[in-house]
Amino acid sequence: MTIEIENLSISFGDRQVVKGVTFQVAQGTSFGIVGESGSGKSTVLRAMAGLNTDWSGRIAFSGEAAPLKRPPAFFRKVQMVFQDPYGSLHPRQTIDRILSELPLVHGMKDIDSRIAKVLSAVALPQSARFRFPHQLSGGQRQRVAIARALIADPQVLLLDEPTSALDVSVQAEILNLLADLRVERNLTYVMVSHNLSVIAHLCSHVGVMIDGHMVEQVTAEDLRLGQVEHPHTRELRSLSVELEEPA
Amino acid sequence: MASAFRTWALSEMPSSRRQATWGNRYRAWLNLKGNPLGMIGLTIIAIFVLMAIFAPVLSTHNPATQDLANRLATPGAAHWLGTDELGRDVYSRILYGARVTLGMVIAVVVLVAPLGLAIGCIAGYFGGIIDTILMRLTDIFLAFPRLVLALAFVAALKPGIESAVLAIALTAWPPYARMARAETLTVRGSDFIAAYRLTGASSWRIIFRHIAPLCTPSLIVRVTLDMSSIIITAASLGFLGMGAQPPSPEWGAMIATAKRFMFEQWWVPMIPAIAILLVSLAFNFLGDALRDVLDPKGN
Amino acid sequence: MLVDIQNLHIGFESRTGFTPAVKGVSLTLGTEKLGIVGESGSGKSLTARALMKLLPKQTRISADALTFDGIDIMSASEREMRQIRGKRAGFILQDPKYSLNPVKTIGSQVAEAWRTHKGGSKRQAAEAAVMLLEQVKIRDPKKVAASYPHQVSGGMGQRVMIAMMLAPDPELLIADEPTSALDATVQAEILRLIEELVSERGMGLLLISHDLPLVSHFCDRVAVMYAGRVMEEVKASELLSAQHPYTRGLLNCMPSLLHPKDRLPVLTRDPEWLK
Repeated sequence: MTIEIENLSISFGDRQVVKGVTFQVAQGTSFGIVGESGSGKSTVLRAMAGLNTDWSGRIAFSGEAAPLKRPPAFFRKVQMVFQDPYGSLHPRQTIDRILSELPLVHGMKDIDSRIAKVLSAVALPQSARFRFPHQLSGGQRQRVAIARALIADPQVLLLDEPTSALDVSVQAEILNLLADLRVERNLTYVMVSHNLSVIAHLCSHVGVMIDGHMVEQVTAEDLRLGQVEHPHTRELRSLSVELEEPA
Repeated sequence: MASAFRTWALSEMPSSRRQATWGNRYRAWLNLKGNPLGMIGLTIIAIFVLMAIFAPVLSTHNPATQDLANRLATPGAAHWLGTDELGRDVYSRILYGARVTLGMVIAVVVLVAPLGLAIGCIAGYFGGIIDTILMRLTDIFLAFPRLVLALAFVAALKPGIESAVLAIALTAWPPYARMARAETLTVRGSDFIAAYRLTGASSWRIIFRHIAPLCTPSLIVRVTLDMSSIIITAASLGFLGMGAQPPSPEWGAMIATAKRFMFEQWWVPMIPAIAILLVSLAFNFLGDALRDVLDPKGN
Repeated sequence: MLVDIQNLHIGFESRTGFTPAVKGVSLTLGTEKLGIVGESGSGKSLTARALMKLLPKQTRISADALTFDGIDIMSASEREMRQIRGKRAGFILQDPKYSLNPVKTIGSQVAEAWRTHKGGSKRQAAEAAVMLLEQVKIRDPKKVAASYPHQVSGGMGQRVMIAMMLAPDPELLIADEPTSALDATVQAEILRLIEELVSERGMGLLLISHDLPLVSHFCDRVAVMYAGRVMEEVKASELLSAQHPYTRGLLNCMPSLLHPKDRLPVLTRDPEWLK
């Protein structure tokens, strides 16, 4: 599924937080948005998912412009994974209940087999199915969140800082999982993160946002080689590189 | 049999939704059983409910039969808990009174809790104009003195237990609505609710399936704390002739009519007072224990 | 020796039994910068809190030695601890939002911290507050002093916290993930600031973080903790070439901008490490 964002602007009240952002994502690729807090990167993602209706411009999936209020069928194709695995799962529901919500809403018949399938797709044991979120570790919860997004076999995953609340060892597992899933299921990703190396690892194209503007779009390769133009991109890159080199 | 159920329910790897549900119920029960105060509360409530159900079997006298020669008798062999100002057997009246009082309290709760919960959750979830309208309505009901509103309401209908229940319910829901709204506001913007919006679920489904259950534990605690004041309001209505009608043995009305003997024959008002105290305390204990049990993070 | 911790054990008593969290940690700190790194649950924060006696009641602590400047923390009274906390040792937490009083101006909070330890008039305190804010490199200290916590950014809030901690001239600064809620650009600034102040004033620094590269850049020595134990203690400059398989595993599984990897190596935990 290709994604086109054209001149997207988003306001909260009279404060404009996203100012005319334009980018395209080709089918089966990953696009990363990097920026600091308040740059508007998460807001872009939430508008794409349909969580925010105060936007203007054009958001199109497969060439089809998305309406302000999305029809239920939209959510079978586009799903989202949130940042905080502790806050994105209902605290009083079992994993089974959490995963079955979308199939129930859409009247799907094969709920049991779907749940079994996504649990194994994210490498969670079937025994996790009837547990509560608080009985799982942070990494396992994020796997549940990914499983929930995958339950209806979507074509697009919107990833909002999916690993920033996790330890680095768990982050590696989740990033590997996301990379594998994309290939296996031919998914298109849009990922938001403040961590340049995480973005460059998973995404082939990167957009840099500051203060509501997308100031530069580069390939991950150019980012590695330092072939970037905007000073903010350079600053983010040098901070990231500095830490990788020995003190 | 029991041990087979135990192993089946407590299995670490439930193989079906039913097994998992029963496992959680059984664990909740074990948890409640491990809470001594909660068990005391549950036992007291169970005893009173059984007393109410089997009142005809357990009573020694007809609760309405007067025996003016033997009024205000001390507790003893003939009348286990003494007699009241009309010579009626207090023990039997307490038994039959449990039916009236407990029935009334339960009826109020059944009416009030879902209403308050629904109004609070809807107002909190939608916000904006809906929130304003519902909350101003709540404020109006909250602003009236409870007893006065109940009195006016009963006066408009016919005096009796049903009217008293309706009147108390009408004045008791606003605090629950406020509480449910406050709880809804704290979860409304959370990611897990956003995730449910991304399933295509309707707002109603999200409110009643996912938000309301989060508000119920604190609601249950609040309800159990309110039990005693519901009983007292019912008693006041009864005393003013607007609630349970004589000779119906309602506990609050029993205290109200007997309170002028407080200093000479203290046991006459004291016995229904003890009954009310026990039931209120039991509900409080149980409510507190339930809050712990219903919070899965505590397990 | 400013801090001496020998064979520290911390555990939690609960209805279901006893859960050990820190199992025999030994660390020493002089006027230097010591980093403690580890993943969540490694016991790094608990260790620092034990030193300030800031653990909840149901925790059980035992140690062969737990001293701050020769004072035995285990037997110190609450009164003695108050003399240490905030006065001789400052504690900077992750999110300044929760540490500042939202209804008081920043200036008055810094002034109050100064006056509690130094005495003096309100006016002197207000002047001292502005000076302290200047020392943490806030460009317009008078304006910031007059604003409320919600009016400043996270980085500014953290600077204010540092200013408050510096007011009584402490000998030790404990920073528990001081920058993990901040942006990368601000993070570097704050850490450089802490580093500078610590060196200038000859203080000891205990920097607790989950971020290995970050700690290696801002500390002299680093202790790597895992599952309640210190796996190894190395010079910060040698951290990136550390030998312990756990440290190596942590470093390897991080994605790198300069050296892309197709797949990230996954950390396999060896039970041998805990023997």
